[in-house]
Amino acid sequence: MNDGPRVGSTAPGDPARHEADVPPAVRLSGVSVGFGGRTVWSHGDLQVPTGGLVCIIGPNGSGKTTLLRLLLGMVPPASGSVEVLGAPARRGNPRIGYVPQRFGDSVGEAITGRDLVRLGHTGNRWGLRRDPGVEAEVDAALAAVEAEGFAGSRLADLSGGQQQRIAIAQAMVGSPDLLVLDEPLANLDLRNQRDVVDLLVTLREQRPVTMLVVVHDLNPFLPYLTGIVYLLDGHPHYGEISDVVDDELLTHLYGTSVQVVRTATGDLYTQARP
Amino acid sequence: MTGVLAEVGYQSNWVEVLSAPFMRNAFTGGILVALAGGMIGYFVVVRGGEFAAHALGHIGFPGATGAVLLGLSPTLGLGVFCVAGALVIGALGHRARDQAVATGTVLAFATGLGILFASLATRNTSTVTNVLFGNLLAVSRDQLVVFAVVAVVIAGVLAVVARPLTLASISPEVAAAKGLPVRALGICFLVLMALATTVAVQVVGTLLLFALLVTPPAAALRFSARPVVVCSLGTVFGVVSVVLGLVVSVMFNLPPSFFVVTVSTVIWVVSMLVTRERHRTAAPTTR
Repeated sequence: MNDGPRVGSTAPGDPARHEADVPPAVRLSGVSVGFGGRTVWSHGDLQVPTGGLVCIIGPNGSGKTTLLRLLLGMVPPASGSVEVLGAPARRGNPRIGYVPQRFGDSVGEAITGRDLVRLGHTGNRWGLRRDPGVEAEVDAALAAVEAEGFAGSRLADLSGGQQQRIAIAQAMVGSPDLLVLDEPLANLDLRNQRDVVDLLVTLREQRPVTMLVVVHDLNPFLPYLTGIVYLLDGHPHYGEISDVVDDELLTHLYGTSVQVVRTATGDLYTQARP
Repeated sequence: MTGVLAEVGYQSNWVEVLSAPFMRNAFTGGILVALAGGMIGYFVVVRGGEFAAHALGHIGFPGATGAVLLGLSPTLGLGVFCVAGALVIGALGHRARDQAVATGTVLAFATGLGILFASLATRNTSTVTNVLFGNLLAVSRDQLVVFAVVAVVIAGVLAVVARPLTLASISPEVAAAKGLPVRALGICFLVLMALATTVAVQVVGTLLLFALLVTPPAAALRFSARPVVVCSLGTVFGVVSVVLGLVVSVMFNLPPSFFVVTVSTVIWVVSMLVTRERHRTAAPTTR
């Protein structure tokens, strides 16, 4: 991996990646997962194709974050096999970038944006040896998320939207092939939600990266999604966008009446029925 | 003017006293300890070392007095108890901090044991005072060797773990996803903290430990969020506290611990005041 800095360099929609010989970004075979005797979900059999922008949805407690942690190798499956980018899931896979939930809040005032992005690249290196190429990659990652102007500030001094940009740069700096984000829009106002979605869409146009995003509200991502992983009745499923977004399924999923609306301009959105 | 100074115990020969051999030991020892504490300073404030400083100080006390009771070196007893305590706190993880009553009870019991050991070892009554409040003016050559070894060990370990420890301190979640041994790094930090505690106790004592291990880096963090800057500036604050504290204590012939802590506190208060404008809008959760 890491064949030179890819952040910043543009490789729009590399077609080779979508051919049949490319392994899926995620492949679950007979996976169940649980803690302390309680099964969170089971019968995980799905494939998420490489190169997509995929949201993970499901009610609270259905195991969305657990699915991410499974892909990151941070929890082992109770049964079955988990493959990520064609290899068994393992902790420390440099091909995966990760933005945890409530990242800005948890990081606090003791680090600057730039130092945090650098740690995203070199934080798992032992010893003091410095790699001269790192600063250029940090610069490129900060430029890609348009964070150069505030990267020198403490995380705690930044707005929620700025913190999320730093968080994304921190995950993108190693030029991962898969980016997983856990509720990146939580605690953001509508404008910042919009900005973060636009940023992710732009990043994906510029480089061949698969994005898996845990969300509460599908709407901000709906126009750009290629597919959805939904956790329904204790099992994860994957569906292409057109198959998934219908009233009945979403209503079942959220346990409350949900309506899919297509506007005159072709935009899709979902709303809770009154 | 002179009358007032004489009343507060002003020593007109303080410059002579400063050049005495025992003063050289005191300065060297104090600076070594400030260095040892300063190097881990950033991690102390980021990882909640306030709790560790408090707990390790209490745990070390019976170690030191117990060692005296057995006719061993108090430094050895202090070191063994602090490192063992660090391992226990590390194994308990957040539980040690969350269970305030259980932890507080254990620490109170440790202090009680310390007093018991000290009273059993009747021959050396000054040990209790020395361990509780430090005695920089009595630092021996052997102690200096220990201080230097501790500083070198901390520097050596940090040279290896600095970056992973920083990431694990800032975002344990990302660190774990990157495959770092987050738990082991936490224990590693606590052991370094125990070593720093072992030497700092001999300078300011278990009760004033906070002022030398936590206060300087906390003040430094007000000025910068960069790990290297916080450690460097925290070290400078620690060294200034020790050196200035020693000089003033000689001038007035009073215990150095008081003045070391006073200088450290003044630095902290000033750093709070100087930076309050910038921090007013930010980070209501921290300090």
